[in-house]
Amino acid sequence: MADIHSVIGTKNKKGQTYTDTWKMMNEAPRTPSFYTGSEVIKEALRRASCDVMIAYPITPQSEAAALIGELFAEGYIGDYFRGESEFAVMSQCAGAAFGGARVFTTTAGPGTMRAMENFPMWSGARLPIQMIVTCRGINSPLSIQPDTLEIAYLLNTGMLVWHAETAQDFFDWILKGYMVSEEPDVHLPLALCCDGFFVTHTKDVVNLTPADMCLPPYDPYRSPVPCMDMECPPVRMMRDPFVMKSNYISYATHASWQQEIWAAVERSRKHSIHWLNGLIDTENTDAEIMIVASGTAVSQGREAIRLLEDEGVRCGLVKVKTLRPWPEEEIREATKNAKHIFVPEFNVTGWLAKEIKATVPNHERVHAGPHVCGGMTMPPEIIVSEIKTALGMKTFSLAGRGS
Amino acid sequence: MSKERIQISEDLYDIMPSDYQDLVKSATYGKEDRGWKDIGTSKELIEQHSLCAGCPESMAFRYILASLPNPEDTVMVGSTGCTSLVFPMVAVHNIHSLFGNQNAIASGLKRALSVRFPGRVKDVVVLAGDGATVDIGLDMTLQAWFRQEKFTTICFDNELYANTGGQESGLMQKGFVAKMAPVGKLFDKVRLPEIARESGCHYVVNCTVSKPSLVEKVIRNAVHIAREIGPTYLQLYTPCILEIGKNSMEGLQEMRDSEKPTERFAYKEYVSEPAKQLLAELAAKDKERKAAAKQLAGQASA
Repeated sequence: MADIHSVIGTKNKKGQTYTDTWKMMNEAPRTPSFYTGSEVIKEALRRASCDVMIAYPITPQSEAAALIGELFAEGYIGDYFRGESEFAVMSQCAGAAFGGARVFTTTAGPGTMRAMENFPMWSGARLPIQMIVTCRGINSPLSIQPDTLEIAYLLNTGMLVWHAETAQDFFDWILKGYMVSEEPDVHLPLALCCDGFFVTHTKDVVNLTPADMCLPPYDPYRSPVPCMDMECPPVRMMRDPFVMKSNYISYATHASWQQEIWAAVERSRKHSIHWLNGLIDTENTDAEIMIVASGTAVSQGREAIRLLEDEGVRCGLVKVKTLRPWPEEEIREATKNAKHIFVPEFNVTGWLAKEIKATVPNHERVHAGPHVCGGMTMPPEIIVSEIKTALGMKTFSLAGRGS
Repeated sequence: MSKERIQISEDLYDIMPSDYQDLVKSATYGKEDRGWKDIGTSKELIEQHSLCAGCPESMAFRYILASLPNPEDTVMVGSTGCTSLVFPMVAVHNIHSLFGNQNAIASGLKRALSVRFPGRVKDVVVLAGDGATVDIGLDMTLQAWFRQEKFTTICFDNELYANTGGQESGLMQKGFVAKMAPVGKLFDKVRLPEIARESGCHYVVNCTVSKPSLVEKVIRNAVHIAREIGPTYLQLYTPCILEIGKNSMEGLQEMRDSEKPTERFAYKEYVSEPAKQLLAELAAKDKERKAAAKQLAGQASA
């Protein structure tokens, strides 16, 4: 702690001032800028005091990963290189984090799946790595289109999982994410997800913090487990390596460590609420019809609400910002007046609807849909149509083949 | 890490484990000419291990840990297998994460340590079995070499998957009958030392661990060259006596038999030109240091 506070107000080698993160994010002036999501990732990283970034090409995150390379060339990142596969990259990230670095990487779709073995290891080893996931299809035949199915696989890794709706979310959450991840009572990796292309490849107005301010550096000695740099005593970690032992003490050790990881996810709740101003955002929670969504499905839901309003149907919205920690209480409270809960999603299985069904009482209220997948867009009209059909209201066919 | 960091507060001395007290009292952190001869007179950087009685891997571990030139600033990276039963007992920071990703972990680790400690020596040494190095992890083994990552890769070659019970591995000899090779292995032992040379390693040695003095020499060379120039690779025969049907006391003889000039572990070495130059410089410095010490001793006695 002392180390971090002592650098506030001093300058790094690029002339940026290490700034108290709360002040930087909430009080410093913001400049509206018209950027793609990928460029926004770069701008966030410019201000993140990142030690090591490791890159690998996969659509749709390649541009962001390459732009961060430019930051490295300019001297904003300590080290940067292209790994040989996502599995290797996530292990390289682990190595760098074990060595006490603030680490950043980006991946997508099949890359997330290839790297999957690393993620429970990251959380088990308490490595506060930040990984951007620009979601895309993972199905065969090959698809590069937006699809959020991969998030379902991340939910049980012990990582924090946040789902950004807009480029603005992205910019703010990359920087705030490190603050939550690196808390000693959390110290877990963060998968910061967005819907590929919709967020990465479209331009939007994003309010940026001043470029001459940056986050305080990561202090690896606040970690709840020793940093592997031989700067603290190499104490023997255990009497017997319980890794492969078949005895009660071995099971108990592993069990308690797993419980500790999930307890740390829980402990991230208070920090996430503090930094994100709550785990969910809500509109019209007194309405009998609610849309609960995450990612860009939230934006489409907002449009659907506007269309329904024109027809005299009042509808509310819950934007789920963090999937882990899961905002169980918040969603229950926000949907307590709802007779119908609609969950629009960009994937075929409806993993968010399943989570919500497991959360709210009287879960027959939950309508898992509409779903689009494989790169299909979700026009607000199909959300409207889904809602009107469920309410028994007359609706017209969107497919144009007559009814 | 300076040696002061491991000192024990007087008030807590008696409650510290005896192996930690021994570490503070008589380990060889910071000793410039540390080596295998310290074994027996100093606290080794390995405590009791749970390997089989007579396992040559345990000898290899002891010699290597005694020979690291800079253990107080060395981080080791392991992989899954019998080595992962030993690493928790090693008094050098070490990382186990997954099976086969050791050279990827080491790449990230070495770079992080270089960013965080500019101008200071922080050595990284990978130690993994042949399954981890050559089969499941081959991609990451080679790619780290292609990228000229500055750390040492040590492969404990026991020519099979020992920890899972003796399955075929890439470094197994052709024709050997093993689990998953029910009619004998159908292809040759992978020639990783040659591949290492072609992949950009600056120092490659293939040998057994029968002679501690030889292990000391190759470890010191490999770590120094990796620190200054680029990747180095040691392939050390540590037979799994259990899986090749030998008794506890027969491991040493098995290694001696396998290192005869016509055998597969006859000593082989490759040193790149820049590495040769570095080794010559180090030898000259060593000679100078010894001469100065001799002179000093002479003056003192005169």
